[in-house]
Amino acid sequence: MMQEVILYLFIGFSIMSVLVILLNRNVFYSALALLTCLISLSGIYGLLQAEFLAVTQLLIYAGGVLVLMIFGIMLTNRIAGKSFESKSHNWIPGILVTTSLLVVLVITFQNSSIKATQNELNTGNHIRNVGIELMSTYAAPFEVSGVLLLVCLIGAALTASSFKKSSHE
Amino acid sequence: MSKQELLFFFSAFLFCSGLLIAVTKKNAIVVLMGIELMLNAANLNLALFNFQKRGMDGQLLALFIIIVAVCEAAVGIAIILKSYHFYHSSVLDQISDLKEKN
Repeated sequence: MMQEVILYLFIGFSIMSVLVILLNRNVFYSALALLTCLISLSGIYGLLQAEFLAVTQLLIYAGGVLVLMIFGIMLTNRIAGKSFESKSHNWIPGILVTTSLLVVLVITFQNSSIKATQNELNTGNHIRNVGIELMSTYAAPFEVSGVLLLVCLIGAALTASSFKKSSHE
Repeated sequence: MSKQELLFFFSAFLFCSGLLIAVTKKNAIVVLMGIELMLNAANLNLALFNFQKRGMDGQLLALFIIIVAVCEAAVGIAIILKSYHFYHSSVLDQISDLKEKN
């Protein structure tokens, strides 16, 4: 009972923060609302017995990506004058497309057999199981994702750095 | 409505609102935020299916999605910074030249 109350609380928080991102014009407020949305999503992961995923979400999204985005907002918006303003457009086609997509998803779910499966409670140490799976079955994707992170690091540093084309002159 | 149905509808709502943010907003960073929301909706679905079945496959797939999302955000913000230096704006409609005007 207590779990369900907490779940509804988290869902309500994230829906409200998504609406804040959609409706306000200040980019900085959008970043902070995205932060609350991601934190409540990590709470939902914790309730779904995915503890490792919850902690990873907190560490990487709330700690890393959001800070990166706030840095981006600070660097790309002029502080003086009309600061942090973000206009929006295409409201009518956007709402049309997204509501029809939502209807399609809901109808698909109603007709599918996914909801019939009852959860068998996974007992045992989940984090330990995640570690064992990561190092045995999923060892190859793990290595590839390490290479991807290295490539992304070099690429982002090279793209954002302001080195001059000295070979031109 | 059971808990899992509610979570499925919630993730569908999250995906659609992320798409709406990515379509309607003009600032490039807010568009990136919408893409992050869509990836998070996919993650929520994977965690939900992992909860229903035995095994750890859903959680690990969600983990790899998080890694790819982090790479995407880092490279995306680097590109936005670079284009801001060139166009002096992060509004997507104003980024319209392929080549420097002489």
